[in-house]
Amino acid sequence: MIELDSRCELNPAVSLRPERFGALVYSFDTRRLSFLKHRDLVRVVEALGTHESVRETLEAESIDTERWPSFLNALTTLVESEMINEL
Amino acid sequence: MNSESVRPVVAAQPRAATRSLVEEFKEGLDAPICLTWELTYACNLSCVHCLSSSGRRDPRELTTQECYDLIDEFQRMKVFYVNIGGGEPMLRTDFFDILEYAAAHDVGVKFSTNGTYIDEAAAARLASMDYLDIQISIDGADASVNDLIRGEGSYAAARRAMDNLAAAGFGAFKISVVATRHNIDQLDGFKAIADSYGAQLRLTRLRPSGRAVDSWDELHPTQEQQRQLYYWLLDRPDVLTGDSFFHLSALGDPLPGLNLCGAGRVVCLVDPVGDVYACPFVIHDQFLAGNIRDDGGFSHIWRNSDLFVSLREPESEGACTACEMYDACQGGCMASKFFVGLELTDPDPECVKGAAEPLLEKVGATGSLVPRPSVDRSRPGVPVPSPVRLRKRQRV
Ligand code: SF4
Ligand code: SF4
Repeated sequence: MIELDSRCELNPAVSLRPERFGALVYSFDTRRLSFLKHRDLVRVVEALGTHESVRETLEAESIDTERWPSFLNALTTLVESEMINEL
Repeated sequence: MNSESVRPVVAAQPRAATRSLVEEFKEGLDAPICLTWELTYACNLSCVHCLSSSGRRDPRELTTQECYDLIDEFQRMKVFYVNIGGGEPMLRTDFFDILEYAAAHDVGVKFSTNGTYIDEAAAARLASMDYLDIQISIDGADASVNDLIRGEGSYAAARRAMDNLAAAGFGAFKISVVATRHNIDQLDGFKAIADSYGAQLRLTRLRPSGRAVDSWDELHPTQEQQRQLYYWLLDRPDVLTGDSFFHLSALGDPLPGLNLCGAGRVVCLVDPVGDVYACPFVIHDQFLAGNIRDDGGFSHIWRNSDLFVSLREPESEGACTACEMYDACQGGCMASKFFVGLELTDPDPECVKGAAEPLLEKVGATGSLVPRPSVDRSRPGVPVPSPVRLRKRQRV
């Protein structure tokens, strides 16, 4: 489970393609396609690598604290599918 | 549609209810997620159900440089991977160059082959490449069933290719089977072959496209066999289907996948001469959106062609939109309806409720003309193998 203090980055083998509803995520390593179904999540995922922690990223992207648990869940799923690396 | 690598959605719980992905996909995406690129109409085989009526090379085939330029465009559009087919794509002398160029430009490739040209040397070369998936076609779990559809010696050739890939350490390749009346009883046999190689089995639907227009009536699974297939698949979520059996979801629990017709929305075909069709199973002028050699190239066709824009509009009302199974089945496959002479708002010809049967009888009884694929590169004088009588109907 990803915590607020975890440090993460987008896996370098993963590419994002913006779409109306969010983004497509493709891993050239696992050859898996996934979808981010919210634009806020896309911003957070893209910014992860430039911050010291998930908390910092969520703050920097002005995500309401009440939504943080759902973001942690989403990031955990992305770590499990190797789209995001926990550092 | 062939989106078997699609993972579940990752959604950070949004404040307002969002639309489902299926609804989003129906309006089309910025670039396809399931693009088939047939490299050549040349083929050493003459399978009775070939979706692209392949055989002879078209002299207007894209040049190597045009192929590279197209890959560059895919990279700019972030088309992350393409399904290469044909014909037999390995017959192109620049086949390996194209694969290598794609890998170097962030375009992953899965290619479909009959396996004839995967000898030991080719297998070793393929095993050394990145971003590559291979799909070898068989249509029977033994030579007697397979060769009736694909031609004498084709089963042995495909198994030799599998042996060579396994020996070269390629890893998990795919074995692709089109489900027909003749092989439904062999599903366990196919699975056993795949397991013996550590390969993935992929079963897809026979559509009345290409050369199959003349054999579909007698080759497609019966209603009873469709049910057999459905329950077999429900028990085996690890068997890939390219989401092609979603019309069977009307039988009960949905099969895994997106369950919609992606033609022109998330799916398209680039054929060997650069023509872009809504889907690999509708090679017909009515579904031709443009040619990549025209101004604007592929991305312009994908985003702006009249055909693709119209396919992304809400469906018109028909018998299916009133059916209680519509959410699961979506009325089935556009290509299948089209080539048997049904309207696109009619039920799928293999509708599990039998809703299409009276309509099909009417088409047969009135002798009305059904559409003919607009490309036929079959080799003249080369007999097409078939376990059934081919019925050449009058077509327009
Ligand atoms: S009537 Fe149409 S929606 Fe209903 S099961 Fe048949 S094909 Fe599917
Ligand atoms: S026309 Fe048929 S084969 Fe083509 S995308 Fe639609 S459902 Fe799939």
